[in-house]
Amino acid sequence: MIAVAAFKSGVYSQAFPAFGVERRGAPVQAFVRFSDSKIRLRSQVYEPDYIIVQDSTLIKDVNVFAGMKEGSIAIINTEKGGAAFDVPPGVRVVTLDATRIALEVLGIPITNTSLMGAFAAATGEIQFPALAEALDERFSGPLAEKNIEAARRAFAAVGGEA
Amino acid sequence: MMEIMEGSHAVAEAVKRCRPEVVSAYPITPQTHIVERLAEFVADGEMESDYLTVDSEFSALSACVGASAAGSRVYSSTSSQGLILMAEVCFNASGMRLPIVMSIANRALGAPLSIWNDQQDSIAMRDSGWFQLYAEDVQELVDYHFLSYRVAEDHNILLPGFVCFDGFILSHTYEPVDIPDQETVDAYLPVFDPYQKLDANDPISMGMYATPDYYMEFRYELDRAMERAAGAIEDAGRAFGEHFGREYGSLVEAYRMDDADTALVAMGSICGTVKDAVDEMRDAGRKVGLLKLRSFRPFPQAEVARALDGVAAVAVLDKNISPGMAMKGAVGLEVRDALWKTGIDVYSYVIGLGGRDVRKKDIAAVADLAESGRGDMFYGLREELI
Repeated sequence: MIAVAAFKSGVYSQAFPAFGVERRGAPVQAFVRFSDSKIRLRSQVYEPDYIIVQDSTLIKDVNVFAGMKEGSIAIINTEKGGAAFDVPPGVRVVTLDATRIALEVLGIPITNTSLMGAFAAATGEIQFPALAEALDERFSGPLAEKNIEAARRAFAAVGGEA
Repeated sequence: MMEIMEGSHAVAEAVKRCRPEVVSAYPITPQTHIVERLAEFVADGEMESDYLTVDSEFSALSACVGASAAGSRVYSSTSSQGLILMAEVCFNASGMRLPIVMSIANRALGAPLSIWNDQQDSIAMRDSGWFQLYAEDVQELVDYHFLSYRVAEDHNILLPGFVCFDGFILSHTYEPVDIPDQETVDAYLPVFDPYQKLDANDPISMGMYATPDYYMEFRYELDRAMERAAGAIEDAGRAFGEHFGREYGSLVEAYRMDDADTALVAMGSICGTVKDAVDEMRDAGRKVGLLKLRSFRPFPQAEVARALDGVAAVAVLDKNISPGMAMKGAVGLEVRDALWKTGIDVYSYVIGLGGRDVRKKDIAAVADLAESGRGDMFYGLREELI
């Protein structure tokens, strides 16, 4: 949905999963690239400009900050502040209690759409209206409205101005 | 108009526009999203096909053979073990000269079980008499479906064909793609006109018994048809450009090959990564280029020889392994055959098996190996596991 929103924001985008063990609850990774020109590269992302961590308890098991550098942004779903995370020098941490937003708005702890709103606000890579359009295409009816609302709250919580 | 969608869903959109009268497939990772979407199209009345649910890949392709022999345009899709289970039927389909088109989401073969990508499955079917096209990106993947039906159903060809694409790497990737409108596809791909068909009022037999007095000529005709398919694919690729504005007039694509000393040769999605790696090597002053093969069968031997004329070394990236063959990779062997009188060094590198990621730095390392005269080897092994 981030790739769709980026495409609707006027850039080329590419999104793909790294399939691991196919069971609910197992750690999974997915990658997104944006570019002003056609994207040909097919390898996984090793030096991310941005990461989104949906479950901060994974951080003790997986080095999610690997490859990050000066100016990279880590968006983490957590109740804690950014100081709680030991990131490489120069990496900016944006924290957000996306689980709380998801529970309040959606009634279930599915945090991806909230985190997309936070991503839009923290990075400026995708425009909020494009994200809302992507969510509206992905979901239908009240579910679309709720997910857009969750994204909007997260967007505002991270300081985005719609 | 460009839109963004998952590769598998783009395939389903393309297949819908090809208007197959019969679809028969059995779900297998990573092909599943294609047939799920086609089943939805049929159930929702968006597609006027008979969708046959069957008990295995063997049955799926058998049903396609029957439906094609009865004069229908038919479609199937599979991966990996599913394709190997179809092997017997594949040889029958080509021997009966049935123009079936099947999408192959390329995946490794077990054992050990792997759901991830390499090209062992379709390359294992090298001699099955199906033409094999390999897509670099989702756009080519979509376009090759229209092109393949046009080639397959040409009365001068009458061969089944695979549209091969790397599982997960293209099947599960979202990227921008132009899905042509139905009218444009209809203008390019006419209604299926079977050369012959099973008809109770005008009975014929197909796939009959051939004694030693007859069998070899059938195989000869099959080989001749595959040779003619090379020209038919080029013609269909040029006509494609006139209808859709994207041209595929050659079985190969040369990327930055002018004045290249070292050539990389590859098929499928890895070509995108190779192009980016070639750009970086060129920026560093290295004379490196890529020759992309769109077609593995028919193998474009003359085009390969022409495109590689004058290079010092050739590195073929093989996403397959032929155990016990000195060169290791099946594509490498064909490229060496194309150049065997020239004295140009051709090496094969078995790479990216079972989904192992291939990065730009790996491409540069392979170019280094070829330039230093080392090849016909696995690349990127974890020595601690051996």
